[in-house]
Amino acid sequence: MASNTYEHSVQLDTSKCTGCTTCLRRCPTEAIRIWDGHAHINEARCIDCGECIRTCSNNAKKAVVGKLDDMERFRYKIALPAPSLYGQFDNLDDVDYVLDGLLKIGFDDVFEVSKAAELVSAYTRQYLKTEGIKLPVISSACPVVVRLIALRFPSLNDNVMHMLPPMEVAAKLARQKAKEQHPELADDEIGVCFISPCPAKSSYVKNGFADYVSGVDVVISMSDVYFALISKMSRDGEVVSMTESGMVGIGWATSGGEATALFNDEYLAADGIENVINVLEQIENGNIPPVKFIELDACTAGCVGGVLTVQNPYIAKTRLQSLRRYLPVSKNFLAPDEQQYIPELYLFNDLPEYEPMTVLSHNMAESMRMMADIQRMRNDLPGIDCGACGAPSCRALAEDIVKGKARITDCKILEK
Amino acid sequence: MSDPLVFHFDVDGENFTSAGQASTQVKKNLRQLGLSPDIIRRVSIAMYEGEINMVIHADGGTADVMVTEEYVEIVLKDHGPGIPNVEQAMQEGFSTATDSIRSLGFGAGMGLPNMKRYTDSMKIDTVVGVGTTITMRVNL
Repeated sequence: MASNTYEHSVQLDTSKCTGCTTCLRRCPTEAIRIWDGHAHINEARCIDCGECIRTCSNNAKKAVVGKLDDMERFRYKIALPAPSLYGQFDNLDDVDYVLDGLLKIGFDDVFEVSKAAELVSAYTRQYLKTEGIKLPVISSACPVVVRLIALRFPSLNDNVMHMLPPMEVAAKLARQKAKEQHPELADDEIGVCFISPCPAKSSYVKNGFADYVSGVDVVISMSDVYFALISKMSRDGEVVSMTESGMVGIGWATSGGEATALFNDEYLAADGIENVINVLEQIENGNIPPVKFIELDACTAGCVGGVLTVQNPYIAKTRLQSLRRYLPVSKNFLAPDEQQYIPELYLFNDLPEYEPMTVLSHNMAESMRMMADIQRMRNDLPGIDCGACGAPSCRALAEDIVKGKARITDCKILEK
Repeated sequence: MSDPLVFHFDVDGENFTSAGQASTQVKKNLRQLGLSPDIIRRVSIAMYEGEINMVIHADGGTADVMVTEEYVEIVLKDHGPGIPNVEQAMQEGFSTATDSIRSLGFGAGMGLPNMKRYTDSMKIDTVVGVGTTITMRVNL
């Protein structure tokens, strides 16, 4: 799928944007410019990491995700809670209260993403034993990371694990279960709704990648569900026990959870988009210890740090620790012989194609001329990266000028 | 035929934490020029190794990267101690790095061998007590 047709989940409300330069400097892919008094997002460069939503002090950047009402069109509604949801509630000592609450707000069934995560963990252990795979294997669970690698680190494409993320596995298994229990339901009467900590999951569902089409129908914000739940959810008393995940599955909500579930200390786990980019650079340079597995989470502290969550990521992390304390390690219930091979359902074929996002021109000679111009222009610019011109740095302005998207007179310092 | 592009970097020998920055910048530039991922990877690894070597052994130096339509050439020049025995230095695992450098994960003795492996040609001009100039080429 070409980048210009990629449907994003981060959008700008121009009426709220004051044209301040906060997001400009924080965008890790330099996808933002301030032109005509407000921000513009370059969709080809945006990786939906949500940094701009996090930093905007005017709430002008927002995540475009579905609403609970979007599920009304389905006869049978299934909720897929991401494990980070469990870390949002104060004084919660059992996951079952959350699952019960989801039924109370109108879902017919709940399928925990953490349950699917435990299956993915079991098969990842198997995947790492596959002959001929390229090491280190990079997790494909964070959609921001998968898109970032496709756009900026193409030489690492072969390292990305061809295993579907727990959300997709949960969607497939939940649908199978619904059809077994309710054979009277037609396919389009079953709706699968992912309760997401981040906008990137929504983009993943909307766009799929290469030839893969998502099994999720609607993605809704964790904070919307949180507010719907708190009035309906009980915190004590008897609830039907539904939870089918253990420590491993819930651990996926925080950085290192996926990696430690491999029961093997040859891993690296990094979180926060700047750290993720830095680690990818280091892998490309061949400058990391000889590890087998790399877990990268775009958000600080892992999925609990997503912009659609309610609670501070570290507080959520601590709550999850106490929720996990007395749980079995895993409840995947796979017999040893079922763990010897990876079922088709868990795998995908092709990654998105490499789309060099920074390339100046498709003609090498032309690119070289342009870069020579950029270098000359940088000597003329003040080099203080003030952002007043609307570009994140003097170098970025020089590039914009050479590409014909800005003028040297945009520099407010030279104007004086 | 366009003029070759030249990128010049001063590699700071005093500041170990900045080692590797020049190769990261070159990588960005080559991406903008639209070179293939494989070429970019080879150039950046070879340059990274050379840059680290200059910081570890020679108190820094200069790096000049020339890009033409046929090749990328990297010239690393320092005024360090020179290499007394080039043949020995080219052996995998041979290193004269100090323990403190090794504790940082460098000094595995793979620097020069990797530079040779990832480039199409490599020339070492070295004089003990005067300095070393390494010229590497990756053909496009």
